[in-house]
This record gives sequence, C-alpha cells and structure tokens, in this order.
Amino acid sequence: MAEAQFRFRDDEPVGDPGVTVDAFGDQSNAAAVRLEPGDEARDLLPHIARIRLIEINFPVYGDGRGYTAARVLREAGYTGELRAVGDVLVDQLTFMRRCGFDAFAPEVPLDPADAQAAFDRYPEVYQTAADGRIPIWAKRHG
Amino acid sequence: MYKYDTYDQAMVDARVEEFRDQVRRRIDGHLTEDQFKPLRLMNGLYLQLHAYMLRVAVPYGTLSGAQMHALGDIADKYDRGYGHFTTRQNIQYNWIKLDEAPDILADLAKVEMHAIQTSGNCIRNTSSDQYAGAAADEVTDPRPYAELIRQWSTFHPEFSYLPRKFKMAVIASDTDRAAMRLHDIGIQIVRSDAGELGCAFYVGGGMGRTPMIAPLINPFVPLDQFITYAEACLRVYNRHGRRDNKYKARIKILVHELGKEEYTRQVEAEFAHLLTQNIEPPLAELERIKAQFADPGFETGLSDQLDRSDPDFALWVDNNCVTHKAPGYIAATISLKPIGGIPGDASADQMRLMARLATQYSFDELRVTHAQNIVLPHVRKDQLYALWQALDEAGLGTANLDLVGDIIACPGLDYCSLANARSIPVAQKIGQRLAAKEQQIGELKLKISGCINACGHHHAGHIGILGVDRKGTENYQLLLGGCEGADTSLGQITGPGFDEDGIVDAVEKATELYLSTRAEGERFLDTYRRIGMAPFKEALYG
Amino acid sequence: MKLLTGNDLKSGAVTWWDGVQWSLHVEDAIDVGDHADTILARESAARRVNAAYAIDATKDENGVRPAHIKERIRALGPTVRPDLTLKPADPAAGQWVI
Repeated sequence: MAEAQFRFRDDEPVGDPGVTVDAFGDQSNAAAVRLEPGDEARDLLPHIARIRLIEINFPVYGDGRGYTAARVLREAGYTGELRAVGDVLVDQLTFMRRCGFDAFAPEVPLDPADAQAAFDRYPEVYQTAADGRIPIWAKRHG
Repeated sequence: MYKYDTYDQAMVDARVEEFRDQVRRRIDGHLTEDQFKPLRLMNGLYLQLHAYMLRVAVPYGTLSGAQMHALGDIADKYDRGYGHFTTRQNIQYNWIKLDEAPDILADLAKVEMHAIQTSGNCIRNTSSDQYAGAAADEVTDPRPYAELIRQWSTFHPEFSYLPRKFKMAVIASDTDRAAMRLHDIGIQIVRSDAGELGCAFYVGGGMGRTPMIAPLINPFVPLDQFITYAEACLRVYNRHGRRDNKYKARIKILVHELGKEEYTRQVEAEFAHLLTQNIEPPLAELERIKAQFADPGFETGLSDQLDRSDPDFALWVDNNCVTHKAPGYIAATISLKPIGGIPGDASADQMRLMARLATQYSFDELRVTHAQNIVLPHVRKDQLYALWQALDEAGLGTANLDLVGDIIACPGLDYCSLANARSIPVAQKIGQRLAAKEQQIGELKLKISGCINACGHHHAGHIGILGVDRKGTENYQLLLGGCEGADTSLGQITGPGFDEDGIVDAVEKATELYLSTRAEGERFLDTYRRIGMAPFKEALYG
Repeated sequence: MKLLTGNDLKSGAVTWWDGVQWSLHVEDAIDVGDHADTILARESAARRVNAAYAIDATKDENGVRPAHIKERIRALGPTVRPDLTLKPADPAAGQWVI
C-alpha cells in the first residue's frame, strides 16, 4: 500500500493493502481495493458501502482513465477514501481533486509548496464535477 | 461578441500564473522535459524545427479589432514580425522564447485571449462557420453554443488526459463551411418540425492517417442537454479509447471498431446516468451568452446596389464576397494567399491594418477561416469599395477565394518537426503556375499536407497533395475528389508520387483535363465525380 | 560522422555540439563518435541543451552536411523565408538544403 503524502480526510487511514479488482470478487471482507487503468470501476458499485479505501493507479500520468473511474465511483455515492497512486505529479493534482480523489500517494514525493500552490490555483471552476465546487454558471445565475 | 466577465478573466489570469510557475520549474530543473512537455503543450507551446512555436486560440474563429491588433503587436514584440493562421482557425508564432512565453500569455489575457488547450490530448479549440452571424442560411448563430463548449471544456478535470487530441466543430446551416463531419465531434444546430432548436451529433470523424467521415449518432439532442450529451460521448471515449497505439487512439477508431450502434448505445446509457448529475448549465446561461452575440445594429434602408465600374474591384466582389442576411451588407474575405506567397501568413502590419479596417467597416469583428483567410463579416455595400482599396494597397486584395490559388497548406518541413516534406514551396509554385488560368478554372480547392497528420486537410481537397519522405527525399502524392461540407468525400490517391516539380506539372495536367472535359457549369469536383479517376490517371501517367 | 543537435532551453534556438559548448552553426559541429549518449546525458541534465539527439552527417571540403533534409533545414532556417535564415545575405543558401 502506498502511503498518502496529502490527505483531505479526518478518518483513520485504512492499513490493509488494496487487493486487485479480481481478487476483491473472491474476498468479500476486504475493505481496500486497487484499481488499474483497464479495470471497470462500475464492477465495484455493488460493494461501495463497505469499501473504505480505493486506490486508483496511474502507471503513467498520461493515462487518464483513472479520472473517469474516480468520478464514476463518487457519482454512485462512494464516500470512502479515493487515493491516487503512482505517477502522480503536481500539475495533475487539481484535476484529480476535482474528480473526487481525497488522498494522494505519489511515487516520487512532491514539493509541498508546489503542491499547495496547485491545490489553491484556480479560484473558480467551469464544470460540475465530484468535488462539490459550484461552477461559474451556477454563480452567474444565483 | 462574447465579453469576459470577472469569472472568465480570473480563470485566464490564473492560467498565466500557473504557466509562469511551470516555466520557472522547467528552467530551474524541477521539471524534466518529459514532465514539462504536456504542460507546455496544453498552453499551445511546441518545440518545432527552429524554435518554440506558440499556438494561440481564436475561439470559433472570432476576433475583435483590439484582439487582432494585439496579435500583430505580439508578432512584433516577441516574434519576427509575422504569424501564421491555421486550418483550425488559430494563429501560430514560429520564433518564441520559452522564458517570454508567460509574458505573451499575459499580453493575450489583457485582450481576453489565451492559448489554453491548443495542443495536448484534451478538448481543443472549437471551430465554427466563418460566416456565423452573417450567413443568410443559418438557423441561428452557432457561436454561443461553441462558447458554452469552450467554458465547459476549459480545464475539464476528467478529459485533460484523453487517449488523444479531441476537436469539435459547431455549425448551424445545411451548408457546412467548417468541415464539421471531419471532427471528433461535429454538432449541427437544427430546427425540428415543431420549431425547436436542438443539436445533431456526429461523432468519430477526422483526417490524419485514417480519414473517416463522422456518422450521425443522435439527430436531435435538446439544447438544455447538449453539454451533458457531449460529456457522455467523451466519457465513453476516455474509458474505452485505445491507449496502446497512438495511431489508433482517436475516437474515430473507437467508433469504427465498436460500430456506430454499440458506441451510441454506450453513450446513451452514460447520458441517462449523467442527466442525474446536474452537469448542464441552465438555459439562462445560454441566453446570457446569446445576448452577447446579438446582431450589431445593422442599419436598415440601405441600398443593395454596388458600383462595379472598377473591373478589379468587381472581380474581387465576385470572388471574395458572399451574401449577408441583412440587406445592404456583405461578408468579405481577405485572402491571405497572394500569388507566390505563404498561405496563411500575415505580417504584424497587415494584422494591425485588418484590425483597423474591421473597426472601421465591420462592427469591429473579424473571423479566421479554416481555409486560412480572414473575413470581415458585416460590411456595408456602400463602403465596400473603400475597404477594397485599402486592402489592395496593402497587398491584401487578392481575388481568389476558393480558386486554385487559394491553397490550404500546413507549415510543412520548413517549420514543423513532424513534417516529411515541405508544403509551402509546392503551394507557391502551383499558385504561380496556374495564376493566369485560375479564373477560367473556377472553384478548385487545393490542399497540401506535409505529412500524414493532415493539418493541410489534403483528404478533403478537390485536389489534395500529401508530402512523404521517400528515402530521405521529398515526394508528393496526388489525391483527387476530396470534399468537405454537406457532401463530404475523401480524396483518392492517383498513383505513384512525384517530386516537387513533378507535382506542379501533375496538378496542371489535371486542370487541363478538367478544362477540356467539363460540361456546362461543372466545377473540377463535379467533372471528377462524373468521369472518375481513370481519365486522370491516363493524363498523369499514360 | 555523428553530430549532436538540440535546442537551447530558453531561446529554443537550434544548437550543435562543438566539443566544448553548443553552437548555432552546424559548421562548428564535431564528430562525437561513440560518446553521444554520455554527452547528451550530461548536457541535458545541466540544461545546457533541450531535446537533444544524435544524427548522421558527412564532412568534406564544403563543410558539415547533415544526412537528412530535416536537419539541413534546421541548420539553415525556413527555405521559404531566406531573410530569417542564418545566411540571409546568401541567395544560394537554400540550394544547400535540397
């Protein structure tokens, strides 16, 4: 399991290693699961009530399937920890946060000041996403 | 025209500072080139053959006079006094310094412009009809929809690392002047039998190495759901588009491999889900944007007569101007294709002149066309002669719109690191060779790409030319019969390629065959479609 | 012979390894033999060059000539804008590219 460098939750982190999606099907008691880019996030939906940690792996930062997986899980009501692991870089943090990630475990630790600047960068957002931020169009029309 | 409010301005300003920070981290070594490359690309900054190149977005091709003026100033201040207008209605600068790029973005932000998402595997600038708001045949002005797409797609958190780049176009007339069906998503605003406006979605078109014409996947998406529908189209693509091979990663391959029916089924299922997610801006937002694209106060009671006594002017009017929806007005195209010139290039002085003329004669508005020309969309007919005189004096009065001299050409191997052969010299030679005959030949859209990526739209040219590398020397393939628009078709290769002089000869031979074979009223494309490839092959290789 | 070429990180200008530093002129380029990888790694890490790579070239009494047309265009400048090349005063410079 990858230790989170940044975490935006108050609950106790899950200590168990995330099992693969395949293994998860056979281990009904696992509380943590790890999603690879080709895995289907919707396969987890019947179980999200009891999952406490989903790690979504980015083997290379340019493979953006994990963004969709994260949103799909949040849209379905998943409230446990959603942790981005792997090739997680400063300049992708905002997008990940918007898609519902609330923990980040970069393979190579990030400069904390650069990361903070990235999290704080954009004062507004144009879209509804999984982070509850109010899009500009909603502010324009009260 | 759309005006930024404080929200829009804040987003662009934040982007400038973000990029300034990224450039700083690259220069001081915190970012490797591999890490920096996607970040600079998402701000339109490439490393090309001779220097960095900056591609600036011209959303749906619309510019104000002040914006065009600023583009000219940037060319002088940061580049070598010129810019290149592209087939995606944007502008590129060829000689940019990395450490000055953030300052350029800051200068652009002052006139409500940016370079956001002009490259990278994300949703690019949306293109549109260059006559939007002026065309007599549109059901509505398509630009408000394109602006709504611009905002939705800007920094989209889920779709910034797609399998490949993603290009959208929005039009609102049956005459497609934006090559809509050759985009990843093409949207045509249509009116239903009940009188309601909605969006017809065409998905999976494109040029490149596997050209495809986008199939219609939904004939009518209601206006208050179309952003959600686009989100569904993108989500299916982001999840299932191929990532194992960059040459098979565009959405056209996914739609082709799944089949239109299965792709559509998946989109509809995702759409049904996303309708519950409150993604769609309210119609009030569309109305807010539409209000900014209201007609600019056309005067009424103007005469529709033109004094055609100057034959050069009359020729320019006949070639370069099109009917306007308002009586007494006309839409005029400024050709950036002087005989022997570089297609799409404009000097800083020319840009500032066009800006001034737009302010004086066209309600402060200009358009960039995908054919790399500039349009002044709303010119009073009784002021057209004065406008033409000013253009002609500056070398901008070439009367060749849609003629063989109006060649689309990518920058090619003179500038582009992806190119296999030069495009511009071929365009120059063909333009010079056929200049004397171009009026006689009539409409003939000739398009040149310097590599298979097809930035020069060669598949869609009545005559297309594709530059290839044959054992280290430049070689050119000839294609015939391509066409964009309502009757989109893809060009077919004639046969073995030619060297630089040979391709000029070949184009001339094809036009000679056309001239000797055409029936009354036939354009080159019509003759080709009637007689087929065989006689052309015979003329070229026989 | 093997040359090294790349771009200056800040200005983007095309540069050639002359054995000591990065020159704007292909005539200055030296044959790096088997040492391409070592030099590239060192110079890129120091950010004295960006996006650098090795290419094939020949050298004779007329000077250094990269094997591929793309590299010759990089060495001179755009053939369609002789005024912006490194040899604006030499009308025949473009012929060298072809």
